[in-house]
Amino acid sequence: MRPFEFQRAASESEAIAAGAAGARYLAGGTTLVDLMREEVETPEKIVDINRLPLNYIRATDEAIVIGALARMSEVAANQDVRRLQPLIPETLTEGASPQLRNVASIGGNLLQRVRCPYFRMLDAPCNKRVPGSGCSAIDGLNAGHAILGTSEHCVATHPSDLAVSLVALGAMLSLKGPRGEPTIPVEELFRLPESTPHLEHTLEPGELIVEVHIPNGPYARKARYLKVRDRSSYEFALVSAAAALHVENGIIKEVRIAAGGVGTRPWRMNAVEQALVGKTAARASYEIAAAVSTEETRPLSHNGFKVKLLPATIVRALEMAGDVA
Amino acid sequence: MTDETAELHPPGLTMSRREALQATAGAVAFAALPLPAEAAADSTATPAPPTHTLPLEVTVNGRVHQLVVDPRLSVLDMLRERLSLTGTKKGCNQGACGACTVLIDGQRVNACLALAVMYDGAKITTIEGVAEGEALHPLQVAFIEHDAFQCGYCTSGQIMSGLGCISEGHASSAEEISYWMSGNICRCGAYPGIVAAVAQAAKEDRT
Repeated sequence: MRPFEFQRAASESEAIAAGAAGARYLAGGTTLVDLMREEVETPEKIVDINRLPLNYIRATDEAIVIGALARMSEVAANQDVRRLQPLIPETLTEGASPQLRNVASIGGNLLQRVRCPYFRMLDAPCNKRVPGSGCSAIDGLNAGHAILGTSEHCVATHPSDLAVSLVALGAMLSLKGPRGEPTIPVEELFRLPESTPHLEHTLEPGELIVEVHIPNGPYARKARYLKVRDRSSYEFALVSAAAALHVENGIIKEVRIAAGGVGTRPWRMNAVEQALVGKTAARASYEIAAAVSTEETRPLSHNGFKVKLLPATIVRALEMAGDVA
Repeated sequence: MTDETAELHPPGLTMSRREALQATAGAVAFAALPLPAEAAADSTATPAPPTHTLPLEVTVNGRVHQLVVDPRLSVLDMLRERLSLTGTKKGCNQGACGACTVLIDGQRVNACLALAVMYDGAKITTIEGVAEGEALHPLQVAFIEHDAFQCGYCTSGQIMSGLGCISEGHASSAEEISYWMSGNICRCGAYPGIVAAVAQAAKEDRT
């Protein structure tokens, strides 16, 4: 690990000043410390933000509000979150291991780096790690890579499960930084790789994620997360789907769907949602609508199976959501 | 060798494991000296890598340690190399295998991904702090009774993770235990014994 300067931020303004000057924020450290040890990340300065008062969970009639430093395990175990937003605990518990969830923060989860093996391999070209060096995955081992939102420069999937469910639920992020205190949809945090895959998010230098607002929509209680992977726990998704349904008299009034493991960012399935509104909440409707999900997919040499797995996962997630009493 | 860091093993390829351990023990005694107050104040104000160090106080298995550490030092290396508590094992050193699991403020974590400086003031429990004197903890007894290991390298991490699994209330069935112990890999495949041991200790814990 390269030497770095270490600072503990005593206030948000102190953290933001250091961040704006180029320091990296350190919360749980489960991504950053690992990548620094591999020398994939070589920050010269680290600001430990763990003492900022951002570890909280608040429930109101309108929303669940989660501070950016709340830990994955704390959010998953919170009774208000379990009651009002059951999709979130299910999603969090399907991610990482218990040890990692005890440490990893909600803000850090959203900003975790890609899990493409070539990103970690210092002797392999990777446009995310060294812009302009090339992409080793396009002609390499790419079974785990994306089929949506790819470019000729990068095909890595976004690894967060939580982000998929937050995008489905229309969650918002409160930020704080040099441009003030903007609020943005979680979906707008993530960039497509295009020709600049090294730029992964839309935060300004020094901008801090303060909290996440998850609206208590009418679909929030009838929601499930299905994660398909090579083993049944502690593994990244091959394909995952978050599905949330609002059904009245057997008819779908409102539906939210997002998929993981398939896109270069968490992928909201707008067209599938539109195809479901007004239809009967039953497998036949789900199958017709889910077929739309593959329209813009571009499989690579080893991940053609995801084109079949994606609609199947969406159908099953919708069935699971429909079964919630 | 690449950059000299606290992560790296003691210098000199000809050094034996025992010599290396002794050299480390010497460093502990030195590091335990109290830090002058002005050095402590300076260290955050005007740091100068790579000699940048920070004071740190941690309580490990009930004993308070005052150290001066390189910010790159992991909790795992602090325990093994600075405090000579080698019961906590280094497996993958990247948060994937669970061999380094310890309890920090009662929560199970991977010590390899934890920078020591993030845990100033924390209370850490390692495998060395689980038994009471000569009396093994019920989970340790259960591991022996169920033959829950072969080579033993993952065992201390399994036991520390098992303690977390039980205290979190995720040990009510074999399926639940398997799921909530999935952050601990056993290359020998002693999983049936590990699950049985955690189940037994959880049952004893409830009664």
